[in-house]
Parts: sequence; C-alpha cells; structure tokens
Amino acid sequence: MKITLKVWRQKNSKEKGQFETYSLNSVSEDMSFLEMFDVLNEQLIREGKDPVAFDHDCREGICGMCSMYINGRAHGPMQGTTTCQLHMRHFNDGDTIVVEPWRAEPFPVIKDLVVNRSAFDRIIASGGYVSVNTGNAQDANSLPIAKHIADEAFAAAACIGCGACVAACKNSSAMLFVSAKVSQLSMLPQGKPERESRVVAMVKKMDEEGFGNCTNTGACEAECPKEISVMNIARLNREYIRAALASEEDV
Amino acid sequence: MSWFTHMMTSSIGKKVVMSVTGLFLCSFLLVHLSINLLSLLPDNGLLFNEAAHFMSSNPLIRTIEIVLFAGFIIHIAQSYFITRSNQKARPVKYAVNAGNANSTWYSRSMGILGSLVLFFLIIHLRHFWIESRFLTELPADSNGTPDMYTLMIEVFANPIYNIIYLLGVFALGYHLMHGFQSAWRSLGIMHRKYTPVIQGIGIAFSFFITLGFAIIPVFFYFFRQPNQ
Repeated sequence: MKITLKVWRQKNSKEKGQFETYSLNSVSEDMSFLEMFDVLNEQLIREGKDPVAFDHDCREGICGMCSMYINGRAHGPMQGTTTCQLHMRHFNDGDTIVVEPWRAEPFPVIKDLVVNRSAFDRIIASGGYVSVNTGNAQDANSLPIAKHIADEAFAAAACIGCGACVAACKNSSAMLFVSAKVSQLSMLPQGKPERESRVVAMVKKMDEEGFGNCTNTGACEAECPKEISVMNIARLNREYIRAALASEEDV
Repeated sequence: MSWFTHMMTSSIGKKVVMSVTGLFLCSFLLVHLSINLLSLLPDNGLLFNEAAHFMSSNPLIRTIEIVLFAGFIIHIAQSYFITRSNQKARPVKYAVNAGNANSTWYSRSMGILGSLVLFFLIIHLRHFWIESRFLTELPADSNGTPDMYTLMIEVFANPIYNIIYLLGVFALGYHLMHGFQSAWRSLGIMHRKYTPVIQGIGIAFSFFITLGFAIIPVFFYFFRQPNQ
C-alpha cells in the first residue's frame, strides 16, 4: 500500500507546530498503525531526520498509552479500538491520513504526537482510590456483591485512562474518565466509606485542571476504546449532587 | 465560599443550573403553545384573546412572569460562561475533526442554535410583548377583551418576519431535541427503564413545539390576511 501521512510536528510545548507530509511506499495491510509509524521513523532516521515522537507501550490495547487523532477521530476510524489495534487494512491504497495529537488545554503537547496526560494522574491522586490497609484478601463471601453491580463496576473499571474522551469531546471534558473512576469505586462496598468525599474531590480537581464542561453529546462514549458508557456520566452527576446536597460534610 | 456556592460553581453544578432552567423554560413553551393554538379556532380569535388577556393580567401569572424572565436570563448567561470555559479548554483546534462520526450536529451546536433562538426572541418580544404591554393600548374585540388576535394578523402578514419566526422555531426544535434529554442526564437521571421514555418524550416534545409554533405564522399568512 502507498500511504501519504500528514503528521503534526512540534519541537516542544513552547514552540508552534505544523504539519509535515511523508510518503510511505510499501505499507503492509497487516501492519498496525503504530508499526507503520515505526517504518516511517526508520525511514526518517536513514534520511538523517528527527523521527516522529509518539506514545506507545503495550501494543495490545490495554495500557492506554497510544493516542493520535487520526483523520479527525480519536484512535482512528474503528470503534472500540486503540491506535495500536488499528490495522492498515482499514485504509485504502493511496490514502492521505492526517495525524494530530490530542488537543486540550490540560494535555499540553510535549513533542509531536506526545501529550502530557498527568492531569489524569492528579485527578486520581485527589481521591480515585480506596484508603484501607491491604493485607490478606478476606473471605469472598463476607462481601456479597450483586452480579449486575459487579458487572457494571467492572465495565467502568475497563477505563485505561487514554484520554480519547477528552480528545473527542468538543468541550475537552474529562467527565467520561472521571465518571468511570468514580463509578467503579462508589458501586462496590470497599469504595463506599469514601463515596461522598471522593466524588467531590475528584470533580474539584477535574475543574481545576481546566477540562471543559460536559454537554452530553456522547462523542466520548462513541470514541472510547473500552466503550465506557455515558451512563457513568449521569451516575457521576448523581453522585456529586447527592454528595453536595445530602452529605453532612461540606463540598 | 459556602458549600452551596461551591456546588453551583462546579462544572456539574453549572450544568444543573442549565438543566433546571431549561426544563422550566420547556414548561413555559408548552403553556405558550397551548394558548397560541387557540388562535387557529374559527371564532375570530375571541377565545384566544380571552386566554391572552388572562395571561397578561392574572396576578399569579404576572408573578411567574418575573421568574420566567429570570429563568431566561440565567439560562442564557450561564450558557455564555460555560461556552467560554469550554472554548478555553481547547486553545488549538483540530485541523481535521470528524464530529459527525461520534455525535449529532445539533448536540454540538447548542450555542449557535440557542443564539438563533435568542435573536428571534428579541424580535418576537418587540412585536408582541413590548408592543401590547408598553407601546400601544390594544383595541377591544367584540367581547370587550383586548384584541391580541388582530395584532397577530398584522405581524404575520409580514413575510420577512415569518421567515425569521420559522428560523427561530426550527432552531428551537433542534435545541430541544438535544436539550430535553440532556437536561435529565445533567441532573443524574439516566436509567435503563426510564431513559428510553425520557428520550421518546423529548423527541415528541420537540416535534410538537416546532410544528405547533411553525403552523401558526403559515396559517395566518395564507388564511388570515388583515382587512385592507
């Protein structure tokens, strides 16, 4: 396959970036999108040019490192896939593909297609955990959890924190990410003791980081590689309103 | 700041304000349209005039009118601040963005649709509310009630106003198509049993409001021309 790539090149967070066009002549349709970038970088290194910086780690769709806004969509055109799982067979010979980094104020570009997603880590650090001492796992029967609750918490816990929801949202809202984390913990008995303080702290941090406000367009759910449901966003709203209005603690 | 201010100024609190005011304005639309549809009756507008007079003179309704204006102002002002902060959250725009692949165009255009509705609303208030309340004393109809009906006939004889009116109504329709169900979600109400019902009501409500309001200027323009 012959592929033309228009890739966003930016030296660092300070300098302005621009698109560069590259041609690849022998792309295999069995390659993943990232493997195509490996080929491109080999080519650039041979030409003595600076290779394109992009994030990747596990390359099996579970780590959440790969990003890339491909032809106007987070992680490219396929539903429920990360960029590393996107294969070139979904493109046509002779295609021109535009690749940009995630664009959001809280995700500053570090270099080329790599953005700094530490804002997510700071949101997690603000309350996305359970403060109990670890030790031996207790008997499973001492913590009965209904099957549908366990399933829903598990579905929310599938979030890999890749940031596609923020990237795809017209408002750069982080609500899908935060709602997945809040849901996962608040539905299970271990997360219940900190249910109110957690949601209040995480929403506060999310706002401080400069993410936008959710307008329920549903773009996040459509672009999420783990297909996290927007039901979680409604649950986050509910949890927050409940914590603010009903809890004895201040917001 | 008190806990209440904290809550209401958070991103979720701001959306709660949008949804509560939005749903309140929906209830206003329903009352407004119900009364307007009376103008289609073949009674020279007598019943419509009576209803319009009741709405502009009853002390309870006049009090709610103040709440209604507050609702409009809060909804509009809040949307302005939310839009501003949303734009700030993405200073560098995408060169290519395939929005239609993941969301409806009207869900992404609530600000533009709302602005069109606001533009129409100002003209609309000038033609009816300001005209009848402050500028002119409406003449009495055959029952002795202030004749709003004749004012409607005069205004809707203007094709340019009718086009603006229809544009405003259709912008409102799409605004409601996303806004109605979105409001419930912002309030945290999303449920496997009830959300399909809310979505169904939202679609029916949007169609009813849009077509109901749209039929009036068309009907008046073609069948209720003013007497020369």
